[in-house]
Amino acid sequence: MHADPIGVLTGAHFIDGDHACSEGAIAAGCRFVAGYPITPSTEVVERIAERFPFVGGVFIQMEDEIASSIAIQGAVWGGKKAMTVTSGPGFSLMMEHIGLAAMTETPCVFVDVQRAGPSTGLPTMPAQGDMMQARWGSHGDYQIIAIVPNSPQECFDLTIHAFNLSERYRVPVMMMMDECVGHMIERVVIPSADKIEVHNRKVYDGPKESYRAFETGRDLVPSMVKAGDGYRIHVTGLTHDEKGYPDMSVSAQGKLVQRLMDKIRIHTDDIVMYKEEDVEGADVVVVSFGITSRTAIPAIEQAKAKGLKVGHLRLVVVWPFPEKRIRELAGKVKSIVVPELNMGQIVYEVERCAAGKCNVVSVPHAGGTVHQPKDIFAAIEKSLRGT
Amino acid sequence: MPRNEIKIGGFGGQGVILSGYILGRAASIYDSKYATMIQAFGPEARGSACSAQLIISDEPITYPYIVAPNVMVLMSQEAYSKFSPELAPGGILLTEEDLVATHNLRADVRHFSIPATRIAEELGKRLVLNIVMLGFATALTNLVGRDAARNAVKVSVPKGTEELNFAAFEKGYEYGLQLREKAPEKTFA
Repeated sequence: MHADPIGVLTGAHFIDGDHACSEGAIAAGCRFVAGYPITPSTEVVERIAERFPFVGGVFIQMEDEIASSIAIQGAVWGGKKAMTVTSGPGFSLMMEHIGLAAMTETPCVFVDVQRAGPSTGLPTMPAQGDMMQARWGSHGDYQIIAIVPNSPQECFDLTIHAFNLSERYRVPVMMMMDECVGHMIERVVIPSADKIEVHNRKVYDGPKESYRAFETGRDLVPSMVKAGDGYRIHVTGLTHDEKGYPDMSVSAQGKLVQRLMDKIRIHTDDIVMYKEEDVEGADVVVVSFGITSRTAIPAIEQAKAKGLKVGHLRLVVVWPFPEKRIRELAGKVKSIVVPELNMGQIVYEVERCAAGKCNVVSVPHAGGTVHQPKDIFAAIEKSLRGT
Repeated sequence: MPRNEIKIGGFGGQGVILSGYILGRAASIYDSKYATMIQAFGPEARGSACSAQLIISDEPITYPYIVAPNVMVLMSQEAYSKFSPELAPGGILLTEEDLVATHNLRADVRHFSIPATRIAEELGKRLVLNIVMLGFATALTNLVGRDAARNAVKVSVPKGTEELNFAAFEKGYEYGLQLREKAPEKTFA
């Protein structure tokens, strides 16, 4: 399916990442946004509030982030595509409802424009400190998808992708932006609506008597109906059976949680997304994501100029993590260098997958600005010592 | 064109951010170059010296912040005191003649000034001083072409004010061109 032209501002724009994210959401078909504006994500909802009246959308400025993150789920069960937008402190408040969205398989998008934490931290400055929180922040076992853009153009493209993935797999999808990318203004090209692929949730339209809200086929993703269509549905955060009714048994728990995990795991090869450059034959590979993938490039160029064989693997989708590819690489290279605007989070995943087969070097940064390329360069050089 | 780093500074309300935005838009939309603009957010953006940071290049821009600006456009005394020490040696310094007294002007920079406020007032609106400065900067650098800058002005200013802004741009541009012709050093950023 293609995007509805009504929401697509085709043309070349000079806009920031936050505004590009709003345009991506609108192009993807999002027509409900609830949020509690917070720096540095405010511009996303500002633009949504301005644009929604012209595309038939509803934006509500809620009383807080807890309310925002549940309001969007109501809208989704009412048939809309919906998202909420926040930054670290608000993201923390939303954790409970990320679990609810995972448990009730409610497709929705959470945008987190990351700033330096913990707590209120540095409101106007960048960080990538919420990466583990995005994956593990809510209690219990579940799977989500997290995407990290590195430019305003990608804020547009990947927000559409976030909606498409959430609709396809019925999971909450996290758009993990950061202050730098969110406030950076660059050219953003918005294609015509017929060039924008939009994926919509599978809809059940069979007989009412045989409808089972959480029954699935081989793809493990159930079909949806919306409230008011006349189907009998029950949506609960309690462990439930295929009909959606609470079932407090060990077997129901085992079956449901296993499926929530597997519906992402069996599709991991389709979901993971990374970009590689000069990885074949490299001695060192820099694994980066988001804004850090841009600050890593001058460092890699500097190292190449000194004769080092350095490749670059940039994670676009961070969760699920491309375990298979990192395992493969770890067997071939001498070292992997992981710069990130946090004190070391994704490096744990890299270490786990490398499993001792190569040297793994973290390049941490507490946030507030981006890495100096010279620090990443120094880590590249250091990573080869003693290998 | 290698990576050019531009800092535009002034006080809140002078249209500092807008002039940076128009320059970036001219480069990236109408001149097929790459441009990345970063605004100063937080308390420093509210009152006192505010600035727009812009990178313009023929190559994709990786590191997003400016490190050593080679072009600086300054419209207030405070911006001059605060920012001019950051200008790279050999860099081009463009100032508003009546608002900036260039005390302790560095010997290693190339300085040009324009009475942009007076020119804007003669056009009937002091408000367009930033567009006069933009025309001036377009003439005294090779950052963007004149047509690209004009196109970007057209789509970036409020509807109904295009003619006034074009006039402001042209005045600044002409003034800059005259200084450029007289300049002893003929290479410009």
